[in-house]
Amino acid sequence: MDMGAILSILDATLRLSTPLLLACLAGLYSERAGVFDIGLEGKMLAAAFGAAAVAAVTGSAWLGLLAGIGVSVATAALQGAAAISLKGNQLIAGVAINMLAAGLCTFLGQQWFRQGGRTPALGPNGRFGTIDLPFANEVAGVPILGPIYSELISGHYILVYVAFLMVPITAYVLYRTRFGLRLRAVGENPKAVDTAGISVVALRYQAVIVTGVLCGLAGAYFSIAQGSGFGNNMTAGKGFIALAALIFAKWKPVPAMFTCLLFGFLDALQIRLQGARLFDVEIPVQAIQALPYVLTVILLAGFIGKAVGPKAGGVAYTKER
Amino acid sequence: MSGTSSDNMQRPETAAAATPANGWAIELEKINKRFGAVHANKDIDLKVARGTIHGIVGENGAGKSTLMSILYGFYKADSGTIRVNGTEANIADSRAALALGIGMVHQHFMLVDNFSVLENVILGAEDSGFIKPSLDRARRELDRLETEYQLEVDPDATIEDISVGQQQRVEILKALYRGAEILILDEPTGVLTPKEADDLFRVLRTLREQGKTVILITHKLREIMAITDNVSVMRQGEMVATVKTAETSPEHLAELMVGRSVLLHVQKDAANPGKTLLEVKDLVVTDDMGITRVKSVSFSIRAGEIVGIAGVSGNGQTELLESITGMRDQRSGTVILNGNPLSLKGDDGAARARAAGLAHVPEDRQRMGLITTFSEWENAILGYSDSEDYGKGAMLDIAKAKAKAAEHIKTFDVRPADINLKTALFSGGNQQKIVLAREMDRDPDVLVVGQPTRGVDIGAIEFIHNQIIKLRDAGKAILLVSVELDEIRSLSDRILVMFDGQIVGEAEAATATEGQLGLMMAGVVEERQPS
Repeated sequence: MDMGAILSILDATLRLSTPLLLACLAGLYSERAGVFDIGLEGKMLAAAFGAAAVAAVTGSAWLGLLAGIGVSVATAALQGAAAISLKGNQLIAGVAINMLAAGLCTFLGQQWFRQGGRTPALGPNGRFGTIDLPFANEVAGVPILGPIYSELISGHYILVYVAFLMVPITAYVLYRTRFGLRLRAVGENPKAVDTAGISVVALRYQAVIVTGVLCGLAGAYFSIAQGSGFGNNMTAGKGFIALAALIFAKWKPVPAMFTCLLFGFLDALQIRLQGARLFDVEIPVQAIQALPYVLTVILLAGFIGKAVGPKAGGVAYTKER
Repeated sequence: MSGTSSDNMQRPETAAAATPANGWAIELEKINKRFGAVHANKDIDLKVARGTIHGIVGENGAGKSTLMSILYGFYKADSGTIRVNGTEANIADSRAALALGIGMVHQHFMLVDNFSVLENVILGAEDSGFIKPSLDRARRELDRLETEYQLEVDPDATIEDISVGQQQRVEILKALYRGAEILILDEPTGVLTPKEADDLFRVLRTLREQGKTVILITHKLREIMAITDNVSVMRQGEMVATVKTAETSPEHLAELMVGRSVLLHVQKDAANPGKTLLEVKDLVVTDDMGITRVKSVSFSIRAGEIVGIAGVSGNGQTELLESITGMRDQRSGTVILNGNPLSLKGDDGAARARAAGLAHVPEDRQRMGLITTFSEWENAILGYSDSEDYGKGAMLDIAKAKAKAAEHIKTFDVRPADINLKTALFSGGNQQKIVLAREMDRDPDVLVVGQPTRGVDIGAIEFIHNQIIKLRDAGKAILLVSVELDEIRSLSDRILVMFDGQIVGEAEAATATEGQLGLMMAGVVEERQPS
């Protein structure tokens, strides 16, 4: 394989791991605060639809992005109300969000746009374009580093840069700020937080809202950056893979990034391998497409060891006995 | 002694009624709190003088912890007034309590296990959005507090890596860091070795010298006598007396707690050991993580003898019990019951142990001894339901099972006497009686009993101890494991001390001193000087 081919696979890796990374970090905030979030998929899907619908109507990618975030935050707040205030089962709250999003997006899409649940294809202003970083063309000729900068690092959608920037930001917030300290504490021992005079409920809502914002970015990436419009079930289980990545990364931001890159790489490889032949037999495309999912299962089952999540995760906080 | 006690009893409030020199730190008036049908606190009045150590004693469920939780703002009282330093206070939440200078060390520590000591100390008391300055300030402050109160602890250690005694220090430091002037400690010594408890008392005395007020909740009368200035007694949600510690006695306090006179020391005749019934040889047991918890332990128990295993919890006692009773596979070693080696391996090890005549009252009665959502009669045959006594084949003879349950309730004085009540609704002491009745019913050769009176009130403790003695006098062998050193000392004939998975010492209960046992529990084995 030549340098060009390697760069193109790595380039695709960055693009494909971006929504995973955003969703994974989204889940990290919620789960570190003790609210298990199986509804990442639903929130992303809702955000993808909201972003595409508003971008289609207004013709503005930025307004679309805002709408995507708004829809996702609203969905997260709904899920939070069920899981935090009403002390419902967190898994069921998440599953409900997933089902609600899958049904409602298609239904509203059909009602509003009459294109079988899809939103209209977006024009150039309706979606984000790629950004060429400064001097990308000038240094392209420099051996090795030139192409890496101009082809691999430069030329992505803004959300790609945002996603990878969120990794150090999240690490900093988590380990260096008051909010992060309390967030980690409330996921481990909410009673300690309560007796320290901090509201457990308010803290968990804050975490869930951050989750909503990041899921909004991830959803918008699908429909108004990578794609140009919303299609049915366009998140294709990425929310669940992000959740798997989160567990694999033991709820830590930097390992989360590497895990998402790994999953993104597998996805890129899968696309590249389509139509490949093994011993003169063409490998069925479905088998190749299944590869990332199969590897997810293998990684989670075999390599993770014992994944111990935030201790108080999954349980609503009750003060009285 | 008993004469002066009853004089005190008639005028319980006199001792602390006059306004003390330093004023009152806490004044509670007519505090009421209900949880559903349970009236946890009834018209409670309490005054705590500033700069004193004030004990609050009472049985489990007497309402001590509820009262303190109200004072700390964790629960809201239904009615009543609270005055802190003479000023009426509305303590809506923990933050308000902290602002008034009230700090609390809970029975179950309120620490985040995977945080460092410093992170735990600043949690909720951070100075700004970024935690670096707070961490630096806490480090300096801890340094100061350490020298002032001799509360040494490594500020960078992770909570889960330090001992329970150290964790408790972190809780005290947390309160002091927040400027607590009034410190409430809820059952602080339950998890400590005698040495650690002594250290704690030293710290509390220093706190008093510095003018702080300490409220100590406990059910251990020895501690009350050792360290408090005044003591209040609660019974069934009511405050029954407040007396000066110097003017009372443990017997008198116990009487106030229970409402009748109790024997604090177990009455028993000298043991009359017969042939060896249980023999454990070179037992090695690992826990779920594969860590060796029991390191080649050997001992034997004879008929008519109670052997107590003392030790701070977590030194392998649990795994030893689980292994002997067939709940956990041993790595190596043998258990010989009545001359026959027991095969305990596999999932049905516990059933085989029982069939061979080894009964087991597990340490955690709610998790292992009972199914708390089942009724009393269902629990009364748990583990023995396959017996011919309760039906043939797949069918259960419910009438027979219920008759057996009713018999247990009668002989063990279980209250309420209702075989259809869910066991979750019985008190700790009555739950334990249900388990004990079931296990003793089959006339076992050996009874293995873990923490027989943990969370059990004084009246029931007496009954349970007497039942165990009765079984011993009937010529059975009894293995007793308890973290309560007093219980081990008063009930056992022979005491083995476990530390770090090994039996580090053995003593005759009649002659062993607490200091001697305490040293062994802390792993300090007396070196024999070559003479």
